[in-house]
Amino acid sequence: MMAWLPSSISGRCYCILLALLAVAPWIFQWADQPFLLDLLSRGLILAIAATSLNLIMGFGGMVSLGHAAFIGIGAYCVGIPAYYDLYNGWVHLGLTVVVSAAFALLTGAVSLRTKGVYFIMITLAFSQMIYFTFVSLEEYGGDDGLVIYFRSEFPDFLTMQGPVALYYWIFATLLLTLFLVHRLVHSHFGRVIVGAKHNEQRMQSLGFDTYRYRLTCYVISGVICGLAGMLLGNFTGFISPEMMSWIRSGELIFMVVMGGSGFLFGPLVGTGAFVFLEQYLPEFMKFLNSSWLEYWHLPFGLLLVLLVLYGKGGIHGMLSKLDSKTQQSGQ
Amino acid sequence: MTKPLLRIFGLCKSFGGIVATDHVELDILPGMIHAIIGPNGAGKTTLIAQVSGALKPDAGQIEFNGHDITSLSAPRRAQLGLSRSFQVTSVFLPMTVLENVMLAVQGTDGHSYRFWRPVQKDPKMLDKGMTYLQQVGLADRAWHLAAEISHGEQRQLEIAMALAMNPRLLLLDEPMAGMGLEESARMIRFLAKLREQTTILLIEHDMDAVFTLADTLSVLVHGSVIATDTVKNIRANPEVQRAYLGEEHA
Repeated sequence: MMAWLPSSISGRCYCILLALLAVAPWIFQWADQPFLLDLLSRGLILAIAATSLNLIMGFGGMVSLGHAAFIGIGAYCVGIPAYYDLYNGWVHLGLTVVVSAAFALLTGAVSLRTKGVYFIMITLAFSQMIYFTFVSLEEYGGDDGLVIYFRSEFPDFLTMQGPVALYYWIFATLLLTLFLVHRLVHSHFGRVIVGAKHNEQRMQSLGFDTYRYRLTCYVISGVICGLAGMLLGNFTGFISPEMMSWIRSGELIFMVVMGGSGFLFGPLVGTGAFVFLEQYLPEFMKFLNSSWLEYWHLPFGLLLVLLVLYGKGGIHGMLSKLDSKTQQSGQ
Repeated sequence: MTKPLLRIFGLCKSFGGIVATDHVELDILPGMIHAIIGPNGAGKTTLIAQVSGALKPDAGQIEFNGHDITSLSAPRRAQLGLSRSFQVTSVFLPMTVLENVMLAVQGTDGHSYRFWRPVQKDPKMLDKGMTYLQQVGLADRAWHLAAEISHGEQRQLEIAMALAMNPRLLLLDEPMAGMGLEESARMIRFLAKLREQTTILLIEHDMDAVFTLADTLSVLVHGSVIATDTVKNIRANPEVQRAYLGEEHA
């Protein structure tokens, strides 16, 4: 056996998955399927956002129903400068980081005083506030949104022009995010976040000011999600308040839960499954009966319900079960 | 005369119409094991919760080491050296035994805004964690999940975590709860040794344990302290016998 490969089945699956993602543009080019690269790019952007949500939700127990707000913020941090013909990518990046961090700090400082359902409701309220703010900003297109004519430019650095270049920006950001979250949850800081999820009162009696640690975590998560939004703005070339609607936030939660909340690779596989179903389930329904196309949400919803009921730990949980089965049979 | 480590003045707390703490006055001297006994519902855990900062009192004042700590948060109090173990075992079940103790070490060992290096690869943290586990006799369980060890061992882990905070005052809320005879006896021996290290405020139902360990006893009935004295005098106190011991022996 190759020693550098992880010993578990799930670990190997993820290694293969990342390797496939690294060469995906060539595969799609060879198969002459440029559309698939588009689909994959969008999926990976959402995976970055879902991974950032997993940091607070899966590891920290903070279920936010307003995380898509950060996607919108990131996208508008590209769109609004572009509206004034400012295409410098470093400016876009800087704005995204600063504005997402500020929004996370302000809303988190209030939201994190609450727990459970109240936290869900208050994060929803904040995201609705920023949603309607952008709807009412006529200057930047309001409801109709804004077209971005050129992508962020990083002079003397790496270009974002062309689908393949953009794909590698997205892929690199995803890898960075996964690595960052991995280091984070095993660090001193991460242990505090995970501990506070399981028993906050106990953490406080151990001397941890859990509120501050959680707020810091919330800000980190918001910034990562903002970066996903910046990439999405570049990818679609068209942005609108729709990106930050609560429906998007709900979908992010689904992606995390489907893949496996609280596991590093959960959101990535969850997003993959989500985007795949969203794309191909309607076609499958149409294949069964041409009039069923518009009812694809029904089996989609049923699948989600079944997964939540029976697939504890999501797709990652199922892979881990395979691990323990082979371990048992090996003994 | 030695100065008390913890002083409680006129502490009051009610929940709705129920008075849980009624003008409690208490002095805890350093180096002592001070036990609080009282029938169920006397307000013992409520009192501990107010000392540790988990509950805010309605009135009164708490002084620790000469400083007024009444308005300080639970984490601040923990940083100052007040450490609490819980009546209901509240270790972190999905973490390993060692991880639990290391988390407790982390709590009072500077800040935890360290984002990059894994705790598991920090030899200083591992060493400290193992030291406390050895002290309570759990070293061989270090790599087990806290959910996998026995109830008695979880209670020991609870104590190890309280110790890992390097406390000046240890608040122990029924450390023997749910333990078997042999485990209790071992815990009593262990706590007796701890006396040299730290001051202990002990709540316990097990009268044998209390009479063996405590230097001073306070009796709490309906939220108020009806007597504070040495073990011998408390046993002889007719009021206490009527209010508590008699009731139990009846």
